[in-house]
Amino acid sequence: MLDTKSKSAKIRNLVIYCIVIFLGLICLLPLVNILAISMSGSAAVTANKVGLTPVDFTMTAYRRILEDQQFWRSFGISVVRVVLTLVLNLVLIIPLAYVMTRSKREFRARNIYMNLLIFAMLFNGGMIPTYIVVKELHLLNTIWALILPGAVPVFSVILLMNFFYGVPKALEEAAIVDGASQLQVLIKIMVPCAKPAIATVSLFSIVGSWNDFLGGLIYMQKVKDYPIMTYIQSLSIDLQELVNSSMNSAALENIAELSNKNLNAAKIVVAVIPLLLIYPFLQRYLISGIVMGSVKE
Amino acid sequence: MKVLSRKEKTQARIASRRKDTLYYHGMVLPGMLFLAIFSYLPMMGLIMAFQDFVPAKGIFGSEFVGLKHFKYMLQLPDIGRVVRNTLIIALGKIILGMVMAIVFAILLNEIRLKFLKKSVQTIVYLPHFLSWVVLASVVINMFNIDGSVNQIFSAIGLNKVNFLGSSQWFRKLIIGTDVWKEFGYNSVIYLAAITGIDPGLHEAAAIDGASWWKRVWHVTLPGMLPIILLMAAMNLTSVLSAGFDQIFNLYSPVVYEVGDVLDTYVYRIGLVGRQYSFGTAVGLCRSAVATILLVSTNKLTKKLTNQSIF
Repeated sequence: MLDTKSKSAKIRNLVIYCIVIFLGLICLLPLVNILAISMSGSAAVTANKVGLTPVDFTMTAYRRILEDQQFWRSFGISVVRVVLTLVLNLVLIIPLAYVMTRSKREFRARNIYMNLLIFAMLFNGGMIPTYIVVKELHLLNTIWALILPGAVPVFSVILLMNFFYGVPKALEEAAIVDGASQLQVLIKIMVPCAKPAIATVSLFSIVGSWNDFLGGLIYMQKVKDYPIMTYIQSLSIDLQELVNSSMNSAALENIAELSNKNLNAAKIVVAVIPLLLIYPFLQRYLISGIVMGSVKE
Repeated sequence: MKVLSRKEKTQARIASRRKDTLYYHGMVLPGMLFLAIFSYLPMMGLIMAFQDFVPAKGIFGSEFVGLKHFKYMLQLPDIGRVVRNTLIIALGKIILGMVMAIVFAILLNEIRLKFLKKSVQTIVYLPHFLSWVVLASVVINMFNIDGSVNQIFSAIGLNKVNFLGSSQWFRKLIIGTDVWKEFGYNSVIYLAAITGIDPGLHEAAAIDGASWWKRVWHVTLPGMLPIILLMAAMNLTSVLSAGFDQIFNLYSPVVYEVGDVLDTYVYRIGLVGRQYSFGTAVGLCRSAVATILLVSTNKLTKKLTNQSIF
């Protein structure tokens, strides 16, 4: 670049490289540590001997997960929830976003609907009234309680709208002249043009519903109905008690033995794998997504 | 081919517009129905805050008590504590988070090794996509009394600290780990802003003898300013939500004094403690203030930067 030759520039570059690598390691190493714990013997884990590589390497924890029915049940609930939420989200918000890009002249009620959408984004009834509504609809303890309350993510609607605005008007008009209906215009022209934006909102939806634990905690009364993150959360309660219990080290060791740190670590690793699988897409689309969504002229 | 008269043309246009309008209503309806049930119905449910709500009697059967719960709220010492914690934690996260993301973006922009840059980006964006349920385990694992951080502390001769159980450290831990989770992802937008700056400006400054620091200060940062202002405005609107997921997964009764925030308080007292009306009253105040903040910040940013949040 400009002054790569001077000595001070070289030192500066070295310092910058070191800081950036250091920050990268800070993000990476705690996760590597969990991975190492999940593959270590429980004696080494209890004694806090595990660093970045497994000690007394064993896959026992993973083998035990294979037999853990509740884990797979929760995992399955989460998979079903993610798929249903995604389908519902897309079916609802794509037409919604399309109609919201019509001008007021084309669709007189457009502004009324738009204001209703915006207001729902700005203000909400909060945790308790939403809980009461879900309860009154008899959705408690059903998977629908995890899906329906988040059926229309308004932020995603706006993101899609921004993208639809960018589709050349001429394409649409040509289709209408050829006799296409509004629905056909949406399906045959807008949706294919907006593929990147649809990918972005889909990933938002997938990550959000996979990672959510509060829904399961509030709406599910029995552990057997918990989605994966709520299930994992219920495991870590032991861990928290361990942290906050008295400093009596004998007692601590006792609980540590019971809480199966390496088994829990393995469960965490398996619960994160689906996200790691889609991570390349997350990087590609969500990163363009935040730039798209937050900067609009 | 039949030539349409003017009148017929107008009629045809009106008819097709009516058909379109019908289509439009039909396309909007399903989404709006869900919004009505799961957004607007709960808003009406806020009436609960003015009642002594009993689930068996429902909204229509419960007795109205006016502002009783709001008055009670103002008398409770809890509320002052919870609001204070919320503001301290949220502001700490906003300020430190932004500084860290901006600094990181500037540094990352200096990295010329493509492979290293890509790898570091891949790694630092990752925590953003992981749930706090997972990351809380990671944090507890690092910061508990026998965790890695304390092992390092004792290795260099410092006293061990019970980070998760100490009122002195808990808020710092919450702010620090949130910055850790989000700085990478938040830097994306600043990095985009930096790439948008005209390289000619840098070259001109360099030719005039400006050092790297001077160029960052006088070229890069001013170039990023619109985005920084916009993000600051956007972030400030979340000053009343200090991050339920994170705190819920890391706190414990020992640190309620410093770590309990509005959202966790509403959950514990209102939902778990079944004080539905009181919890709703607290939640209503929180949402109302948050909404006012959001709307006024949006107006302000529109005026200042010509960009709007929504």
